[in-house]
Amino acid sequence: MDFEDTPDEAAFRTKARAFLDANAERRKPGAVEGYRRGQDAPGAMERAKDFQRRKFDAGFVGFHWPTEWGGQGGTQIQNVIYNQEEAKYDVLTGLFGIGIGLAMPTICTWGTLEQRETFVQKTMRADYVWCQLFSEPGGGSDLAALRTRAEKDGDEWVVNGQKIWNSGAHYSDYGILVARSDPDAVKHAGLSFFILDMKAPGIEIRPIRQVSGSSHFNEVFFTNVRIPDSRRVGPVGAGWKVALTTLMNERHGMRDAPGPDFNELFSLARQVELEDGLAIDNAAVQEKLAEFYVRSQGLKFTKFRGMTALSRGQTPGPESSIIKVVAANKLQDILSYGLDLIGMAGPTMGDTMPVSGIFEEALLYSPALRLAGGTDEIMKNIIAERVLGLPQDPRVDKGVPWRDVPTGPRATGTKG
Amino acid sequence: MNFDFSDELKQLRDEARRFLTDRCPPAVPRRILESDEPYDRALWRSIAEMGWTGAAIPEAYGGVGLGRLAVCVIAEELGFHVAPVPFASSVYLATEAVLQYGSEAQKRAYLPKLATGELIGTFALAERAGTSDPRKLTATVNGGTLTTVKLAVPDGDVADFAVVAVNGGSGPWLYLADLHGPGVTKEVVTTIDPTRSHAKLSFTAAPADPLAAATGPESVRRLLDFAAVPMAFEQVGGAQAALEMGNAYAKERYAFGRPIGSFQGIKHKLSDMYIQVEMARSNAYYGAWAVHTEAAELPIAASVARISACEAGWFVTKENIQTHGGMGFTWQMDCHLYYRRAKQLALALGSAREWKLRLISELRNRNTEDLQAA
Ligand SMILES: Cc1cc2nc3c(=O)[nH]c(=O)nc-3n(C[C@H](O)[C@H](O)[C@H](O)COP(=O)(O)OP(=O)(O)OC[C@H]3O[C@@H](n4cnc5c(N)ncnc54)[C@H](O)[C@@H]3O)c2cc1C
Repeated sequence: MDFEDTPDEAAFRTKARAFLDANAERRKPGAVEGYRRGQDAPGAMERAKDFQRRKFDAGFVGFHWPTEWGGQGGTQIQNVIYNQEEAKYDVLTGLFGIGIGLAMPTICTWGTLEQRETFVQKTMRADYVWCQLFSEPGGGSDLAALRTRAEKDGDEWVVNGQKIWNSGAHYSDYGILVARSDPDAVKHAGLSFFILDMKAPGIEIRPIRQVSGSSHFNEVFFTNVRIPDSRRVGPVGAGWKVALTTLMNERHGMRDAPGPDFNELFSLARQVELEDGLAIDNAAVQEKLAEFYVRSQGLKFTKFRGMTALSRGQTPGPESSIIKVVAANKLQDILSYGLDLIGMAGPTMGDTMPVSGIFEEALLYSPALRLAGGTDEIMKNIIAERVLGLPQDPRVDKGVPWRDVPTGPRATGTKG
Repeated sequence: MNFDFSDELKQLRDEARRFLTDRCPPAVPRRILESDEPYDRALWRSIAEMGWTGAAIPEAYGGVGLGRLAVCVIAEELGFHVAPVPFASSVYLATEAVLQYGSEAQKRAYLPKLATGELIGTFALAERAGTSDPRKLTATVNGGTLTTVKLAVPDGDVADFAVVAVNGGSGPWLYLADLHGPGVTKEVVTTIDPTRSHAKLSFTAAPADPLAAATGPESVRRLLDFAAVPMAFEQVGGAQAALEMGNAYAKERYAFGRPIGSFQGIKHKLSDMYIQVEMARSNAYYGAWAVHTEAAELPIAASVARISACEAGWFVTKENIQTHGGMGFTWQMDCHLYYRRAKQLALALGSAREWKLRLISELRNRNTEDLQAA
């Protein structure tokens, strides 16, 4: 039992570090990663693409994919090691997460050779940026309830409808889209999956302002948008299965939540003065700190157990769903407690506080981490059903043609 | 990255599980609960014959020499099966104390008999309600004899000797006391978990043999750190069993025409139980690594493992009762076996509250960046 890299893993880590040292700035000690921070700064996209190209040239993009996909047949553990190292540097790679992490694995699993040849290399080297056009006003958790229609017209599909919450749609070149090709089929059977050129006529993108004030996601409207049939991924009517490949890749990522963690709270407690002295000397504060430390460590060692599985060439199962739930909730609890310690002076945004505004910043983005990529409740359903083998909730939409499934008044969104 | 037990240790765990499934089903702790028998003597003999009591004792002293990781995997299975045996007292505490602080002569006298299960040891610390900080102890040894009263000593009625913590000043803080010797009275006490017997031990000028190397209150803390890790595995084992019990019931019990496990109030509760068990397990692994390597960060790792295990044990065993409805509150259902044991174990080495304060004080003493596993 140890935490050591195998010799191969250590060699790979050294290689990754050498590349990063030569091509990126190491994050300053104590600096904390935010959520999509810096993404809106002028020139950010160009800098991010430039780094991505160098990363591609150095062979660090998709190297863990099979060679048929354009990868190098590397291992999942190498991918984790690279990401661990990259996280120590100030680089913006979030922009490419959907293309590389979700769209390419889905297209390579289900798509045609021609689709692979058209998209994989160019996506790897940041020529193409992708967005995910899944959620709709009528349902995000209940993705298969989607209403956006795709109707066959000769060699083309004609798409009408609306998507929502689509991160980065406003700067993306392509989108992965699930639409309803057969409204008479039962809900999950009538869907098909497409690659959509975001510059195609008939697409209207409207940014949505988020709690944090910035606008990283959008509403996307389709009016008679035409997609050639050659851009369909997987068989007609198999859209649900194809989308599940995307969702698996999204949910099994062993993702942590960026933002203040135990160390930041600890450092805050050593600086803040309470009624009876420094916060760190107060027993009630110490108990809370200890609880957060235990949660942080539990998360870290759960990831280590997942990495051990990867290191042995096994796939960590749905067990890794717990990481996202625990991480997002821990973040929210830590930053609320940190702000409580700061007290009346707490609400100030910016550089004035002992820990320079990171708790305030995270307060405003943290709700997203419990929603995006599967809400807490959906993740807990997954744990209950797939790990513990509990029965599904009874459903009123099973075996019923999609047309006849009840919907609420908000299902059609703002424009429909 | 190899943050897991070796195949040999996993094999040992599987053997332990098979043996205990057969030999220690819930009817066994229940029998102890419902009788005056303090522990299952036949089970104890079998456990000793399989070498579990000597797992961490080097071969030179009559043990099997498998090391502390072996004790951890066995502990998890004992916890899963709520085994009514003095294993924790004798192995995690008494044996560990002799191994760490005993003289050569003491090791030769005690370890071979601890290994065969012929001798049962325990650990006596608490003198009153509240803190178990060794610095607050009042017991002292004068002229080689001990006079004090120790409360709620696990297995105090069945142990042959006790490792007794005292306020040793500049001398030793741990002593060996023969519980069959003069000046010792044992009074069996009823506790929340009668599947593990407890006694109040009164020492009146009782002969006490110093563990000379146990200097300062830190030596007592260190012993608790070493014990907290296998204890955390035992707690995780119990929590796992309660989770499995609740999960099985949720699948077979129907209400409103459907399995209760299809109601999200129950489903999400079970997911939360699973999350707690897995987090506690991961933290126990961290502890295992630290006792195995005797890492400098052991006090931190042990505290983390301990706190996490106490929280998981409490949450999971109480929610298992809740999942069972009225049935969960019956004597007849086994839910209370896990519930009782979880709280007993959560108090045995000092409560999570104390370990939390200790954890923070340890973290303050060092720069977190220096931690190996950080
Ligand atoms: C920052 C951010 C970025 C996003 N980016 C994208 C993107 O790029 N592309 C994209 O397609 N989508 C994206 N999403 C959408 C995201 O996937 C959905 O918001 C999410 O799946 C929830 O769907 P919903 O918003 O429709 O909420 P709903 O599904 O309406 O959920 C509302 C509440 O009901 C609960 N609920 C729903 N169903 C169940 C159930 N079966 N059991 C118990 N509780 C239930 C939910 O947990 C939630 O608490 C993004 C969201 C956020 C916040």
